[in-house]
Amino acid sequence: MATPLKNAKGLGSAKHGLGHWITQRVTALALLPLTLWFVSIVALMTDSSYESALTIVSNPFNATLLILLIVSIFWHSQLGLQVVIEDYISNKTKRMSLIIIMKFIMTAVGALTVLSVIKIAL
Amino acid sequence: MSDGLKISKTGSKPRPLSPHLQIYKWQLTSIMSIGHRASGIALSLGSFLIVIWLVTLALGPEYFSLINTLISHWFGQFVLFGFSVVLFYHMLNGVRHLSWDLGYGFDLGTVYKTGYSVLITAIILTTITWMGVWLY
Repeated sequence: MATPLKNAKGLGSAKHGLGHWITQRVTALALLPLTLWFVSIVALMTDSSYESALTIVSNPFNATLLILLIVSIFWHSQLGLQVVIEDYISNKTKRMSLIIIMKFIMTAVGALTVLSVIKIAL
Repeated sequence: MSDGLKISKTGSKPRPLSPHLQIYKWQLTSIMSIGHRASGIALSLGSFLIVIWLVTLALGPEYFSLINTLISHWFGQFVLFGFSVVLFYHMLNGVRHLSWDLGYGFDLGTVYKTGYSVLITAIILTTITWMGVWLY
């Protein structure tokens, strides 16, 4: 017999699954052109010097695409790593802690990288 | 109880488990499936190379020269080569996944065809990329 027990215990779907699933795919879609652009621009660098890198990143068009790339990378990989952790860590406390730590790290590193691009570009 | 059936020891009641991974025959489909996850984890770590590149660039030439020495070394080049292979694999197999999400390419023949296409295209894109690196 179906009872409202699971509601009382606060178990069951958190109703966040679909949003996660869609965001994973939308960021994948964004990463497709951004990745191809980034790989080609790095592969076609005449040299790996500080000056060449600075010239590329300080270009406002490149800096904008770089920020979009970084945000998409960290958003996408944070969602993917969450699923990996959810699949393999069965202990609820460990699972939740690991997901939160992972998300803190990815957000902080992403923010640091975006700030670096802004500092170079301005 | 048959030999193949394992019993879980973790639950309150012993429950039957499905056979473990080593029972199954290796196939292109299963390898590429776990490969997508493995490459995703590897790329999450690999993205930190882009982070280090941009952060040291912002910090100044004395910091940037450190990472530049590392990536110019043959081992650094080897890591970047591996990064590019894994990146193209994950990107192309991701497109394969997106087409599945839209409902296309589910029959077995197509699954194998797109699977091999992903592998071959990943090799082609990696070759083009490194030809670009060496020619410019």
